[in-house]
Amino acid sequence: MSEHKPKPEELAQVEFAPSPRGWMDPTVEFRKGTWCYSAVPETLEYLGLPNPRRWQPTDHDWKLPDNWREIIVHGLRERLRKYRSLQVFMDTCVRCGACADKCHFFIGSGDPKNMPVVRAELLRSVYRNDFTTAGRILGKLAGGRELTIDVLKEWFYYFYQCTECRRCSVFCPYGIDTAEITMMARELMSLVGLNIEWICTPMSNCYRTGNHLGVQPHGFKDSIEFAVDELEEITGVRVNAPINRKGAEILFITPSADYFASPHYYTLLGYLALFHEIGLDYTWSSYASEGGNFGLFHSAEMVKRLNAKMYAEARRLGVKWILGGECGHMWRVIHQYMGTMNGPADFLEVPRSPITGTEFVHAASTKMVHISEFTADLIKHGRLKLDPSRNDHWRTTFHDSCNPARAMGLLEEPRYIIKSVCNHFFEMPENTIREQTFCCGSGAGLGTDENMEMRLRGGLPRANAVQFVHDRHDVNLLLCMCAIDKATLTPLLEYWVPGVDVGGVHEMVGNALVMKGEKERTTDLRGQPYPAKEDSRNV
Amino acid sequence: MSILVSLFAVIALVVLSIAGASVLGWQYILGVVLPYAAMATFVIGVVYRVIRWARSPVPFRIPTTCGQQKSLSWIKSSRLDNPHTLAGVIGRMVLEVLFFRSLFRNTRAELRSGPRLVYGPDKWLWAGGLAFHWSFLIIFIRHFKYFVEPVPSWILGLQGLDGFFQVGLPVLLLTDLIILTALSFLLLRRVFDPKLRYMSLPADYFALFLLLAIALSGVYVRYFGKIDISNVKELATGLLSLHPVLPDGVGTAFYVHLFLVSALLAYFPFSKLMHMGGVFLSPTRNLANTNRRRRHVNPWDYPVAVHTYDEYEDEFRDRMKDAGMPVERE
Repeated sequence: MSEHKPKPEELAQVEFAPSPRGWMDPTVEFRKGTWCYSAVPETLEYLGLPNPRRWQPTDHDWKLPDNWREIIVHGLRERLRKYRSLQVFMDTCVRCGACADKCHFFIGSGDPKNMPVVRAELLRSVYRNDFTTAGRILGKLAGGRELTIDVLKEWFYYFYQCTECRRCSVFCPYGIDTAEITMMARELMSLVGLNIEWICTPMSNCYRTGNHLGVQPHGFKDSIEFAVDELEEITGVRVNAPINRKGAEILFITPSADYFASPHYYTLLGYLALFHEIGLDYTWSSYASEGGNFGLFHSAEMVKRLNAKMYAEARRLGVKWILGGECGHMWRVIHQYMGTMNGPADFLEVPRSPITGTEFVHAASTKMVHISEFTADLIKHGRLKLDPSRNDHWRTTFHDSCNPARAMGLLEEPRYIIKSVCNHFFEMPENTIREQTFCCGSGAGLGTDENMEMRLRGGLPRANAVQFVHDRHDVNLLLCMCAIDKATLTPLLEYWVPGVDVGGVHEMVGNALVMKGEKERTTDLRGQPYPAKEDSRNV
Repeated sequence: MSILVSLFAVIALVVLSIAGASVLGWQYILGVVLPYAAMATFVIGVVYRVIRWARSPVPFRIPTTCGQQKSLSWIKSSRLDNPHTLAGVIGRMVLEVLFFRSLFRNTRAELRSGPRLVYGPDKWLWAGGLAFHWSFLIIFIRHFKYFVEPVPSWILGLQGLDGFFQVGLPVLLLTDLIILTALSFLLLRRVFDPKLRYMSLPADYFALFLLLAIALSGVYVRYFGKIDISNVKELATGLLSLHPVLPDGVGTAFYVHLFLVSALLAYFPFSKLMHMGGVFLSPTRNLANTNRRRRHVNPWDYPVAVHTYDEYEDEFRDRMKDAGMPVERE
């Protein structure tokens, strides 16, 4: 965390007074707390990415290759030919301004270059200058800007101040998706060696060990076994959690944070309890021990390189289909890219719930099902014995993660589950949920501590909606289905809305799940004693 | 600055055409040469731009989903905002193109003290945009009456509807009023909203000034210019039949109007006005969200370096064995 953290009331004094002189001047100030450290050379070397070296954004000299400008312009030309999205989005914006106040970073910072339209213009101005007739002739008058080092620095600052959440694209009359533009800009910057540490180290870890945290196979096994022990302590039931087991019916893949971070861990306990209770024939994998994919925040090529392990492992272990855990951007990759990049998955079978017989025909091609789809189906068929009163100490609300909401449409499944396992559930205001959900402010690789001020600013709209249900309904738990959310909403709410915890959907399932042979539960999965079971003086 | 540059550019166009028609004797250039040149630029330019867009493939299916996906049979999916069928996609595009569905969602966020963020519906941009585009379309269609003889009854019907209130002589057409109001609104919000002013380029103002000038000159010709419509029609049908004639008595105002329309046509393919075509090709809107159901193929897909399981096991085999984990090779 940066040394000086402003008080909430200071940070909430946002100035919305864009300069009347417009956005063409590229000067940016790299103020502490608003940017991320650069990637160390070792990770780039391991991944074979260009221009590994030591540098920081605050350095005057960024140690770029001499021909950096040609590299980027050439890269832009190549991507305009490869992506219709980029070509169309460069040409069709009319600057109507509908997107302006849809961005959480703009709302929380007031920085006018955080209006999605202007963020895109940072790249578009170079496109106009180098690729359009009007721009070549009229230059600045036609909105063109030459790609200078200052423009590049400005790109670095603002394209790492976008969480690729796609909220703006919901409101754009032409569907212009800033995430797409940010992704292209980040690819271009990576070509000359501009990367951030928080993205590249997880990527290289993931490439080597199969997960972002760099947990090696034996460590992975330890973590899972530790969770099995812990679950036994809470429930009295010893579950089986096979790893790298060939011939299992289902391969289960989840973000590594689930078995290493809190409050993710309680969701992991929920999975383990659930799989045991229904007698699922499944396996974990240490090689595919990560559902998340930080490649998505870097380049299409890295997405593909990191995601390949899922199908490879499914093939090696001979499973029939793949089940995926609670994660946000993981599901953008699996839903929108995996089939195209790593498919066809014709060696797998159309996913079918071994418990209910439901065929997940909507996943007939990729053969990968989201756990909330799987669990919702179990509950609908009455296959789980649930005691929602075990979650009565929680008054919950649900945060739709950007990617499952806007790149998938996974909205009802988690709500159905939550309502089945919790007696107290309250929605946040409608402009802040479902397809209009607000980002945690730390997605797309920006969830690092040196970037804390920007994270707190970007997370303000989400936190403020939580505040609303906290004040009105005494909500004390924000549920979500995303590992980044679980990690970053926790400090965000500590800062803006003290008194609200963060949890996962399957944590609630695990609490409510009545298991065969279990002992009377005295605590929830967090080890918190149930108030009713306590001495009445402590209640 | 951006505003003034654009305003002067449009004024220059008006002055040029007035001088051309009234002093310099450019009737043939303004009435025949430029309209043909502009039309050719428009057609070739638009086709070129659309082909350029279409030439770039859609490597990934990336719809922005704005509603519930089609998944389990008992969960109601959002057919239009998260389409999973071709019909749904067409429905989504129709709503987008004809009724600006996405813009209809528009909200306004306001940060009040507390801090307290409030969101209110904001339909002004949607209403202004819709009013402009629809009145422009109706006016465009109305103008067919100058090009065809006899005038089809549906065009006369449309015009009758447009002049429903029977005010003034010639009858005031509602679309004339609406287009001027809508364009003024779109211009004023650009000037007075600091966010809009910040993001606006000269091109944004130029398009508005040019359209306003076209509408105003059209209004002038119709209501105040007192020109002979049959002469205008002779010119128009002449142009259309590729046998251009230059009748007398069309008047300077008409040449200004015609010149500005020519300018718009010629400018169109090089400008943001191409959003008219772009909206149809936007991959976040025109694709069904069937990613997991049907495989989408990337035409430029290429093999990438991956870290295989064998490489992984080679590095960690001993530790895996120590931990009692199964390995492929001892």
